[in-house]
Amino acid sequence: MPSLTLLGQAVVSGLLAGGIYGLLALGLSLSWGLLRLVNLAHFALALLGAYLTYQLGTAWLVPPWLATLLIVPAFFALGLGLHAVFAYFRVTEFTSLLVTFGVAVILESAIQWFWTADYRRYETAYATASLRVGPFFVPTLELLAGLTAAALALVTWAWLRFTYIGKALRACAEDPAMAVAFGVNRRAQAFLLSGVSAAYAGVAGGFIALIATLAPAQIWAWVGVVFAVVIIGGLANPLGALLAGLLIGVSESVTMAVVTPAWAPLVSFSVLILILVLRPDRM
Amino acid sequence: MSGAGGRVATGLVLAAAALAGLAMLGLPAFYESFLYLIFSWIALATSWSLLSGYAGYFSFGHGAFFGAGMYTTATLTTGLGAPFLATLPVAGAVAALLAAGIGAVVFRVRRLRGELFGLLTLAVGFVLATIVLNTRIDGGPGVYLSAVPLPRLLASPTGTLYLLGLGLAAATLGAAYGIAHSRLGLGLFAIHDDEDAAEGKGVPTFAYKLLAFALSAGLAGVAGGIHAMYVSYVTVGETFSITVPLYVVLMSVLGGARHWLGPAVGATLITASLYAFTGGQQAVLGRAVVALALVVVILVLPEGVVPAGLARWRRWRPRPVPVALASPALVAPPRADAVLACAEVWRAFGGIQALRGVSLRVEPGEIVGLVGPNGSGKTTLINVISGDYAADRGRVTLGAETLTGRPAHDIAGLGVARTYQIPRPFARLTALDNVAVAATFGAAWLTPAEARADARGWLEFTGLGRRAAALPHELNLHERKFLELARALAGRPRVILLDEVLSGLNPAEIASAIRLIQDIRARGVAVLFVEHLIRAVLELCDRVVVLNEGAVIASGSPREAMRAERVVEVYLGKAHVVA
Repeated sequence: MPSLTLLGQAVVSGLLAGGIYGLLALGLSLSWGLLRLVNLAHFALALLGAYLTYQLGTAWLVPPWLATLLIVPAFFALGLGLHAVFAYFRVTEFTSLLVTFGVAVILESAIQWFWTADYRRYETAYATASLRVGPFFVPTLELLAGLTAAALALVTWAWLRFTYIGKALRACAEDPAMAVAFGVNRRAQAFLLSGVSAAYAGVAGGFIALIATLAPAQIWAWVGVVFAVVIIGGLANPLGALLAGLLIGVSESVTMAVVTPAWAPLVSFSVLILILVLRPDRM
Repeated sequence: MSGAGGRVATGLVLAAAALAGLAMLGLPAFYESFLYLIFSWIALATSWSLLSGYAGYFSFGHGAFFGAGMYTTATLTTGLGAPFLATLPVAGAVAALLAAGIGAVVFRVRRLRGELFGLLTLAVGFVLATIVLNTRIDGGPGVYLSAVPLPRLLASPTGTLYLLGLGLAAATLGAAYGIAHSRLGLGLFAIHDDEDAAEGKGVPTFAYKLLAFALSAGLAGVAGGIHAMYVSYVTVGETFSITVPLYVVLMSVLGGARHWLGPAVGATLITASLYAFTGGQQAVLGRAVVALALVVVILVLPEGVVPAGLARWRRWRPRPVPVALASPALVAPPRADAVLACAEVWRAFGGIQALRGVSLRVEPGEIVGLVGPNGSGKTTLINVISGDYAADRGRVTLGAETLTGRPAHDIAGLGVARTYQIPRPFARLTALDNVAVAATFGAAWLTPAEARADARGWLEFTGLGRRAAALPHELNLHERKFLELARALAGRPRVILLDEVLSGLNPAEIASAIRLIQDIRARGVAVLFVEHLIRAVLELCDRVVVLNEGAVIASGSPREAMRAERVVEVYLGKAHVVA
């Protein structure tokens, strides 16, 4: 049994890793829950964002915060473009899974084409900086990522709950025909949401570039965990996605500390299967 | 049908024999390897489509079953020294058992449909890879099979693997054809389009999905066993990579996952085109091109190449529609020896009490009208009788049989048929096949060929004879309502539950529907008739039961029941006498 400090440190690291999961899950949860599009390309977009941040930083010395500011609007536009294709071909919930699977593979290949399959590491002066809180170390960057995830989740929640557009989006998800009959401009809102969701992938990418070692196949490493987070958190539920991300992050990191790192990937799926079996009406 | 089946079987055997003969004559090893890969992908893609194409449950876990087979063979041959060929059935069995275990859990979750199933199966691959990597099955370095003896079916090792691959591909295609034209296949197609309606027509959906999943995984497991020998060095990274699930989905969707030959065509096209891109950066480009093809095909030809081609061909040469053997109205009348009885049935949805102790009886050959304002519990009662909803308390019986607690397909099999208020035809099946599903699975339990002949009779009976080849979206509302009736009748029910069959019809259509229902009654069927149209209720029903807020407030002869004070009050409000 590891010491309490080690366990506490595991919880802290888990919470921080969970923030990234929550950040990745946020955009996915929105497009699945509100647009009925299961977007596997979301992961590829996030990784593309990470590589772009890396490229801007290493080749042209653009600082990461500026890179993110450039990437976010670009990804918003990319999200609009992708949605234009989906809308034109009337992609359904089911075919969206296949189409975005294809898009993800195309992006993966593109990343591998430009940056090769070698591991890339974006070295910055502050990459290893950390705060010391009592006996625990809190890496500054991951803390920033976690706080950003929490802020975005909160803002998104408030946006869906209190603004006209948010309510209209939720109404469209419940009953599109009826919402349109009440004067909701469904098309415009679907575009807006797709753009926002892709922009979130860009934000996540910025942090991934700074925190993680990059490799093209990383796209698939996230799919399972993040989908588990989305489902556990509940579709179109920003706060749920964040909390589920933290839950999975902590349980993974505690498993790593208590059992062995190699078994950590099993945790999220065990939690997911448990929840599906115990609470099948979660969806 | 059997003629076509015979021709396909002969064709498959001849093609396999020709390809086997080619190997005996001695093909260059390069071609044997290349063709082996095509056969392996044909087996994988075709086996995938058995569940995912036919029943529409897209699995992203086919790589896991393939990998389970690979590691079974690798472990048994290297660890226990088992002969290679003997490990192949074990590889299939291990994969099939794995799928059956997963299916037994996930298929029980009623709301767990399509996309969630896909994601769960994706997780299976990760979980299996983690387990294999961290246990003695692999442990990290991979497993070498180079020392395992390969039986000499042919002179060269590549020739032997070629023959094994060929055999498996032919067997898988045979299975795919056989299933597509069997009861199982018809049931899976119905599940694809509307699972609840399929269950209601008598398809044992849980068992069929489980069977298709196990069969599909088992064939992938055998393919994995053979492939372990082909690569002779098995690693977790290669085995459980995303390649297998990606290519399998792509090949099937490209070729047409709902057609038995589609995945094989897709597999051949893709394997051949991938061969053009080999080595280094070219492989990356190849993968991107394949992925782009997937995107384009799904967007432009969502049904796949083979069905699209067949549709074009049929426009040139329309297929003859099977002719009715005899009007089923004249063959064996439905058994009419049982009374439908509900005793004190209760059902709540959350805080809303939809049924409060409803009791009623319907005798054979009797039409009982069930009326009441919207929300009074009429449709809920039908759903409880048909088994779509469970009753909280109370019993529903048909003769000596208790219906409550049985799955819906069982109840359909006992002879209870229903119609849906909003018609729910199977969208991708023709009108004829829609009716044939009910005749194959309901109390009638005919073979699919008999069912099609029978279905023609029911279409004639309901006046849809000329629309047999039409797809549901080509029918108008009146035709779809009558298709619902034909589907209900084709199950040869003892009891038929009609949920607002007349709503939305014009006066002429209503008149013909009323005649039809009288015909049905004359055959000794018990009819429970839910309807808002009081004129029809008065004209048709022997007795009327009035529901309000989930409770029976009046019953008796139509005129009597409709004049009861409580009923008038519910429909028109209380009379306030001004003094």
